[in-house]
Amino acid sequence: MTVYDLVDLLSEHRFFHGLDKDTLHLLRGCAQNAHLREDEYLFRTGGPADTFYVVRQGLVALELTAPGRAPLVLETVGEDGVLGWSWLVPPYKWFCDARAVEPTDVVVLDGACLRGKCDADPALGYALLTRVSQVMHERLQATRVRLLDLYGGPGAHL
Amino acid sequence: MPTSEALAPTALDAALLPRPFRVVATRDETADTATMWLEPSDGETLRFAAGQFTMIGVPGRGEVPISISGDPREPVLLQHTVRAVGDASGALARVAVGDVVLVRGPFGTGWDVQRAAGSDVLIVAGGIGLAPLRPALLDVLAERERYGRVALLVGTRMPDQLLFVDEVQEWRSRLDLEVLVTVDAAAPTWRGRVGLVTGLLPVADWDPAQAHAFVCGPEVMMRLTAEAVVHAGADPSRVRVSMERNMKCGVGLCGHCQLREHFVCTDGPVFDYDVLAPLMTVRGL
Repeated sequence: MTVYDLVDLLSEHRFFHGLDKDTLHLLRGCAQNAHLREDEYLFRTGGPADTFYVVRQGLVALELTAPGRAPLVLETVGEDGVLGWSWLVPPYKWFCDARAVEPTDVVVLDGACLRGKCDADPALGYALLTRVSQVMHERLQATRVRLLDLYGGPGAHL
Repeated sequence: MPTSEALAPTALDAALLPRPFRVVATRDETADTATMWLEPSDGETLRFAAGQFTMIGVPGRGEVPISISGDPREPVLLQHTVRAVGDASGALARVAVGDVVLVRGPFGTGWDVQRAAGSDVLIVAGGIGLAPLRPALLDVLAERERYGRVALLVGTRMPDQLLFVDEVQEWRSRLDLEVLVTVDAAAPTWRGRVGLVTGLLPVADWDPAQAHAFVCGPEVMMRLTAEAVVHAGADPSRVRVSMERNMKCGVGLCGHCQLREHFVCTDGPVFDYDVLAPLMTVRGL
């Protein structure tokens, strides 16, 4: 049986591509493996955002609920994706619910630990922030496009 | 000039003259979209290439350009999948068995999937865009051994708006075809992906260095997808998109579908992305 070190798992993940081994070793101190069962929640709206999730395998749904309305899945995050930037931004509270749609493997990074390492090492902070910014950029653009409700409009020759 | 020659129909006359087709079967795909199978009343099979469209309409309700959604290898019955968005398409989407519709065509360029022989094939559909891409996928599957990895990526608004549900399910069960579906929003009972169709590109198994991509859907979706495919490393000349414009005559005469120097009805609807890329970000075009 092959036993993977957390550094190996992180280095294989798209989010961490380009980070050197020393940096990944530094991050390992904040990381642990976790397995989620189907329909298990990673976090709930308003809860303390003290973790950053790296999805290795499986699928996680980000859900928003409102009184009197059925819950809505806003987005899903699958393998090679990451979850949560609220650990980086005060007041460190989750904005939505996150539920494993299927059995899911993640690496969980402790938010306070990460913030501490970023404060101590600005180069690491910059590297992580640019990666998180990329994820935020992609999700913001995707959200803006979905606001257009592209598939709801008329289509002539199609 | 002998009278018989003067009255002989030219190719142009034939293209402008509607032919009656009888509806022999229909199937509701979603709440506003239906597929119909049509038999030519004159008995002459309408042969077509994947990606081509016809001008079709219910008599007295106008005609609209609709891509053919059938199998190019089985053209005996003409198959169209129509979404009701206006009066003419609404009348088409509600036809019943025995009704007669009028058809001109086929018109325009096809997907020409054969150019992807020996390479990976990426087919990316948004919403009703799966209908014009279905013939392209069937072309690929009919000669599956000629191609590398094949992936079908589908984005739609909600789970209940996915077209060809049974067939998509059948495609998913194939070991030589990767099928990924995502929706814009869903209830928690949906066990699939939620997000833009471009989000499927990093998940699918394809080699940007040698893949050919065929993309159809709303224009913004096509532009973003083509940009993402090119950003991943694909050659823009290997990306094809199907444009949607206000086609009327279908033969490049009336100019209704003109897109700068291109007539979408004759130069398209399927274009190489590198030809159209500069036009796709121009406001008002």
